[in-house]
Amino acid sequence: MHAIEKILARAAGKKSVSTGEIVTAGVDVAEVNDLYLQVVTSFYQLGGTKVKKPEATTFVFDHYAPAPTIKAADNHRAMREFCAAQGIDKLFDVGRGVCHQVLIEDGLVAPGAIVVETDSHTTTLGALGVFGTGVGATDMALILLNGSLWFRVPEVMKIVLEGGPPGAGVMAKDIILHIIGDLKQDAAIYKCVEFTGPAVAAMPVEERFVLCNMSVEMGAKTAYIQPDAKTWEFLATMGVGKALREVDTDPDYVYASIHRYDVSAIRPSAATPGSVDNLAEVRSVQGVHVDQIFIGTCTGGRLNDLATAARILKGKKVAKGTRLVVIPASDKVMQDAMAAGHVQTLMRAGAVFSTPGCGPCLGAHEGILAAGEVGLTTSSRNFPGRMGSTESRLYVVSPATAAASAISGTISDPAKL
Amino acid sequence: MKTLKGKIYSFGNNIDTDQIYPGRYLELTDHKDIGTHAMEGVDPDFSRRFERGGVIVAGSNFGCGSSREHAAITLKNAGVVAVFAKSFARIFYRNCINLGLPLIMVPDLDSFGLSEGKEIEVDLAAGILKTEDRVHKFLPLSEDILALIENGGVFSLYRK
Ligand code: SF4
Repeated sequence: MHAIEKILARAAGKKSVSTGEIVTAGVDVAEVNDLYLQVVTSFYQLGGTKVKKPEATTFVFDHYAPAPTIKAADNHRAMREFCAAQGIDKLFDVGRGVCHQVLIEDGLVAPGAIVVETDSHTTTLGALGVFGTGVGATDMALILLNGSLWFRVPEVMKIVLEGGPPGAGVMAKDIILHIIGDLKQDAAIYKCVEFTGPAVAAMPVEERFVLCNMSVEMGAKTAYIQPDAKTWEFLATMGVGKALREVDTDPDYVYASIHRYDVSAIRPSAATPGSVDNLAEVRSVQGVHVDQIFIGTCTGGRLNDLATAARILKGKKVAKGTRLVVIPASDKVMQDAMAAGHVQTLMRAGAVFSTPGCGPCLGAHEGILAAGEVGLTTSSRNFPGRMGSTESRLYVVSPATAAASAISGTISDPAKL
Repeated sequence: MKTLKGKIYSFGNNIDTDQIYPGRYLELTDHKDIGTHAMEGVDPDFSRRFERGGVIVAGSNFGCGSSREHAAITLKNAGVVAVFAKSFARIFYRNCINLGLPLIMVPDLDSFGLSEGKEIEVDLAAGILKTEDRVHKFLPLSEDILALIENGGVFSLYRK
């Protein structure tokens, strides 16, 4: 069995499971974000009165926080009332950060756990050897009601990252954009994507999150990286000392497919407007004027991302005619970045900071693009209209490319700095 | 289960949830309001031109992107009765089935020649889709799922 299968099997009280089987598994941590008052509504419509596992249930206000409209404020209030009534203590209110990052920082995510969130990028957590997956409101309401949910045991696709070290200016973001551009948006529908190989082993855990996070842009149900010494070192800083269930893959496990990439051959990359699998090397789209650059989100707003941007922008200025919006993924990231001087460096260069959370990632507030504008983002998606007008043009890039482009006000290759 | 009759509204590959339901409307909670913004990210006129009872036909990976259930709610409340596609994104698939909106995956959908505006008749249980001049077969949904759909989704199981 694969580690993911073992996690599902144990959580379902079974010795073994096989691909395609449907199992009902207990959910160790459930998270509802602030787009999802529907969870509460559905919970009551389903006849719910008492949340089955309030201690394993969390709410995070990140997408619409602080509330940009009266309606969003009403939704927040209704969720606070629900948590109070149900004895849910883990309500991470306005400003704490993006759900995936917050659960990790709070020590709620241990290898072998099943974590379900009302957000597609829950695949992020796979970088810690977790079965993390996203669901919609009705499925989440069923989890609140029953403490469990049915899952189909997924096929596993293995992606081996070899070679390295990566070239100048290349980050995990460039690697995963390259992979998505190669395999395309629907390559992993319903599957688990596992990342392995020497280049993954060499990568800091913060960068591994980026690989797992963006797997959902290929349709993945979940992602996985086998925990190693680096994982445990990272987990220790979050107060996690042991696995919840065994996590290892049997040597005879048969993968649905295996894909190999030499990371030393990958150059700074971009997803050009419209779709995450529109791959281009940054050097081939250089010189395009940029109106707004956004560094932040659950895939591009961690300490490492801010540190990279600060290193590039130190002593420089954001170009006239270009706006740089920076939103740390959590308040902890923001404080760590302040302690290291990155926030100061970026502000001196002309960056605008906003409340930790999703920011403009989903086009709700804090930096929406006007028709005709060009945006660069370190987030994960550039579907038409994702960050504002359907007539805006959005490129997904790494924090290094974002920072390099801020200096010139045009798309620029960080390999040259 | 009765047969569905409706007009086709056709879309391409990789229609994501931002196109089905733009992020700026996510704060809405009333299902009727949500239903007025269906497909607005890809076709701002859709709500005006769509006739209730219509069927969406799309390419691969329909519903990719965010987990927002609004994408399922908007189609259901706009009056879409079924979606045919070459493949669906998984969270969107679960969301729709939970709400009782049938999604039918047909890998060789192109061979059906279902173009915009055509009238079709669908027998979900038998897996038969009829156009004016042709009859096509598809793999029907499982019995459990058909029962769920007939009863209006997962809520019916709990309301008893
Ligand atoms: S930062 Fe963006 S991708 Fe991440 S959870 Fe928030 S809206 Fe989703």
